[in-house]
Amino acid sequence: MNFAPAPFFLKDTSVGKVMAQVCLALLPGIAAYVWQVGSAIVVQLLVASLAALLAEAAMLRVQKKPLGLFLADGSAVVTAWLIALTFPPLAPWWLVATGTVFAIVIAKHLYGGLGQNPFNPAMVAFAVCIVAFPALMSQWPNLGLQLPLRDQIDIIFGLAPRVDALTGATPLDAMKTALKLGEDGSNVARLLANQELYGNFAGRGWEWVAGGYLLGGLWLWQRRIITWHVPLAFIGALVAISGILWLHNPAQFANPLFHLFSGGAMLGAFFIATDPVSGCTTPRGKLIFGAGAGLLAYIIRVFGGYPDGVAFAVLLMNLCAPLIDLLCQPPVFGMKDADKGDST
Amino acid sequence: MITRDESRAIAGNGVWKQNSSLVQVLGLCPLLAVTTNAVNGIMLSLATILVMALSNAAIAMLRNLIPHEIRIPVFILIVAALVTVVDLLFNATLHELYVVLGIFIPLIVTNCIVLARVEAFAAKNPPLQSMFDGIFMGVGMLWTLALLGGLRELIGAGTLFSGIDMVIPGLQPLQLLPESYPGFLLALLPPGAFILLGCLIAWKNWLDARATARARGKGDGRSLAAAPAAGR
Repeated sequence: MNFAPAPFFLKDTSVGKVMAQVCLALLPGIAAYVWQVGSAIVVQLLVASLAALLAEAAMLRVQKKPLGLFLADGSAVVTAWLIALTFPPLAPWWLVATGTVFAIVIAKHLYGGLGQNPFNPAMVAFAVCIVAFPALMSQWPNLGLQLPLRDQIDIIFGLAPRVDALTGATPLDAMKTALKLGEDGSNVARLLANQELYGNFAGRGWEWVAGGYLLGGLWLWQRRIITWHVPLAFIGALVAISGILWLHNPAQFANPLFHLFSGGAMLGAFFIATDPVSGCTTPRGKLIFGAGAGLLAYIIRVFGGYPDGVAFAVLLMNLCAPLIDLLCQPPVFGMKDADKGDST
Repeated sequence: MITRDESRAIAGNGVWKQNSSLVQVLGLCPLLAVTTNAVNGIMLSLATILVMALSNAAIAMLRNLIPHEIRIPVFILIVAALVTVVDLLFNATLHELYVVLGIFIPLIVTNCIVLARVEAFAAKNPPLQSMFDGIFMGVGMLWTLALLGGLRELIGAGTLFSGIDMVIPGLQPLQLLPESYPGFLLALLPPGAFILLGCLIAWKNWLDARATARARGKGDGRSLAAAPAAGR
């Protein structure tokens, strides 16, 4: 008979295993991305992964930590993949590499490495790059124009000139333009329906990518890698605010389904806001964190100046996470109330 | 008068040990706002050096006449008068740069480092030492701001000493990185200043820690060698 002290974990939950499953869960989204947008994303994933591993190895060497142990845990690769998936697919390679190195070196290791970073590294990379290179970060490919892989690689590595015709407005951009023009009587629903941009229920092409993330996210939940709190609160808050505004004025605001399947909402809800390091850890805290992120994402993407709001929303909620956790501590077992139990 | 050791200690404090930006972390407002290039940082530091030298000397001379209870308003009045002089001087001689630096020259009045040195040093020490302290605290600020400004413009735009023609007509800024460098705008924005200042502070602490470790290593070696002898 084997006796071991508590806690009794039924399965192996090493960082490496968790990260591998997160990568696996991203695959449906990546597959949809390749199918709908283009295979350039695979090149970006490779560039980001390579940059992340090099930066991670350099930082570990500086700190004299064992290379193999920390490189193998895969957390750098997850960060790299999230960066590649949130950047425009035809962004130059150095932009993706700069963002990744910034994420690993400054957002992760300067704060103390894995488990110590107060901000989600991938979202720091996105925020830094959209602030530093706003033009390049807003060049999303025109989905009507499918380029051969060879040409896409040439553009990424600067061998072919970037042509303006390659890029078009994203569904979120179109919606924002319509909102700004709304005073002249233009209609969001009609505008989106009439354009090449609008697919079955959200942005053309991107709706399937978001669907892939949803699928992967549900699998992560089923595998108990993430709990339901953050995604549900994120989606709930996004649906609630977009629904209220849509019911209030359907001519000016897009419907909740459009918001759920556009931009980074699904990726954010399941893969970014659920980050166990930079997010909340208490159940009630997770609900508040997710709801706050969803609400802010909507406000920033609809009324703000940036193409999408998920990155800034998650970073703002990361700032609040320690305070939220402090206020949401569950009562100690046997105590009636957390506040009374704390009085010692 | 001032002795050699005294002046050396004051200079060492100002330039390195008590560096206003890296150790005391005072006067961050101009530091973050003005250091978008090396020239701005240097010129604002020069203005601050002038103010600090004059105000420290003036207050050290008056230190026994100023009632302790109302010393802060009196200090500020004296500093404000001197800043006004420097402000007018800049406007008259380097008008273009004056327009660039804008509000930050009058704001030297509220720079914590000026009041901090007046309160911590000039109010307790004779005029000559106080003036020395003001100058070297300013020199500490000068090299830090020049380094920070230089790094920020190099990373942000690939140039060095842009705007030098406003100070010395005829000189051209250096283009250190190729023209095709896209520019890392973040370095020129306030977050870049915070991140780089953090890196500079870490660099200074690392140098100091290494120096202490070396000194201790030598000291330990000696004490270990000496200990058995003492025990016997």
